[in-house]
Amino acid sequence: MTAPLLHVNGVTKRFGGFTALDRVELAITPGERLGLIGPNGSGKSTLVNCICGTLRNDGGNVRFAGETLDGLAAHERTRRGLARSFQLPRPFHSMSLAENVRIPLLYAVPSREAKPLERDELQARCIEVLNMVGLAHKSRRMTRDLTQVEMRKLELARAIAAEPKLLIADEAMAGLSHSEVDEILSLLFKLNEQGITIILIEHIMSAVMRFSTRLAVLVSGKKIADGKSDEVVREPEVVQAYLGQ
Amino acid sequence: MAGAHYLNADYFYYASYIILQYIVLATAWNILGGYCGYVNFGSAAFFAIGAYATVFMSKTLPLPLPLLILIGGAASGIAGLAMGYLALRLRGSFFAIATLALAVVLQTFVVNWDYVGGSRGAYVIRPDNLEVAGFQINYIEYLFGIMMGLGLVSVIAARAIERSRFGYGLATIRDDELAAEACGVPTLRLKLIATTISGAFMGMAGAPFPLYIGYLQPSSAFGLEYALNSIAMPMVGGTTSWAGPLVGALLLGSAQQYVTVTISSAANLLISGIMLIAFVIIAPRGLVGIAEALFRRRDRS
Repeated sequence: MTAPLLHVNGVTKRFGGFTALDRVELAITPGERLGLIGPNGSGKSTLVNCICGTLRNDGGNVRFAGETLDGLAAHERTRRGLARSFQLPRPFHSMSLAENVRIPLLYAVPSREAKPLERDELQARCIEVLNMVGLAHKSRRMTRDLTQVEMRKLELARAIAAEPKLLIADEAMAGLSHSEVDEILSLLFKLNEQGITIILIEHIMSAVMRFSTRLAVLVSGKKIADGKSDEVVREPEVVQAYLGQ
Repeated sequence: MAGAHYLNADYFYYASYIILQYIVLATAWNILGGYCGYVNFGSAAFFAIGAYATVFMSKTLPLPLPLLILIGGAASGIAGLAMGYLALRLRGSFFAIATLALAVVLQTFVVNWDYVGGSRGAYVIRPDNLEVAGFQINYIEYLFGIMMGLGLVSVIAARAIERSRFGYGLATIRDDELAAEACGVPTLRLKLIATTISGAFMGMAGAPFPLYIGYLQPSSAFGLEYALNSIAMPMVGGTTSWAGPLVGALLLGSAQQYVTVTISSAANLLISGIMLIAFVIIAPRGLVGIAEALFRRRDRS
């Protein structure tokens, strides 16, 4: 077995007396497509925040690409190849779409490359990334002109622009129609084929089942199941906790 | 009395100096407040650090004015960095309150520091003339020229920042700090650089002030007008571009000079206060924002 790209090692997070994450273990090998599911409030987003450095975990540690991430700020983790999209889109509202995508190109990518992109290359790359999510025709529009779906696509575009090794898509499809979900899924498949490891956090079970080769289930801050997707969803514990039956 | 002042040839330089000084202050405030979104209520403190650096040096080691400006800028730049370390973990109004507190603390410190005059204040002798390469220059004209230079440098710096990678980084902080971090922007470092540059320019604006006024006391160096005008001028002009503080300072600064002569110096602050409130409520993007909106509309039609 290859060494894991991401290794969440006994991560614990408490908010006051409430334990949001309880010694969570999770390992992801390069190129994997992992679905992370769990009921509302089970700690999925908290886990993402601990992995990405938005929150500091109280116990355990997170290793990424052979390096421990403890004490690294969020931007340093992004620069090492860990990108995320936010559950609620957080666009830079004073900027055009192209400028939104330009930020990771300016700040995340050059930290890994010998020389920064030239002006023309930057612009071309912005359009290229926006084109991947089907927003190239709106590159000069401001984010306030976007629909909810387009906001989610912009979130993904910004994460993609950071050229990550691991992409964490936090409910990128909530509230989307069937065809829109298909669109995003095919985009994620395409990114995965290019070698990007992907964690998909999603409530839409059909989408998760189609996408993931592996499922991990969080309930009340504990991981209760982890394995092949079709096997995990049949485990009685998962059925009871997650589907409420 | 007022009429006599008005006709005096020196008056032009005296009045213009103040307006130019506000261009520097407003531009400096905007680098942190406008580009980065952190409102600083303590501009007067940075201005005073620059001014008192000059008082201190004039008692310790008299130096030519350009050097004093560099020293004042360095001192207030360091103060800006320190304020950044202490206060930048605070967000929104809490940051603003912390900067206000900084001004109060510093003023108390200066009031009790005898070497620079304490609460009595200190005289700084201004020469009548300055000899440069054999030419005699009227000192007030010299001060005017220096402040003109500072105004130019600050506006050019602000414009360069706005269009740079650094400027984009500051804008992401203003828009959404969490998203900025997720995009690889080192938010804390950029904020510290912004507080340092902003503080340094304010200090540079304050450094020639003791020579301009001749007698510096804490209440004039820490005057409310600096804190208020540094906020009101960018707000009126528009905070998202370098042109905003420039337009705001020219407009409000000239209006204040006019009112000082025709009505009273007490009406000064009233103008800034009313304009600030009016623009925050009616046109939060300032005059530059209004102009941009008009041009955009014309483009579309």
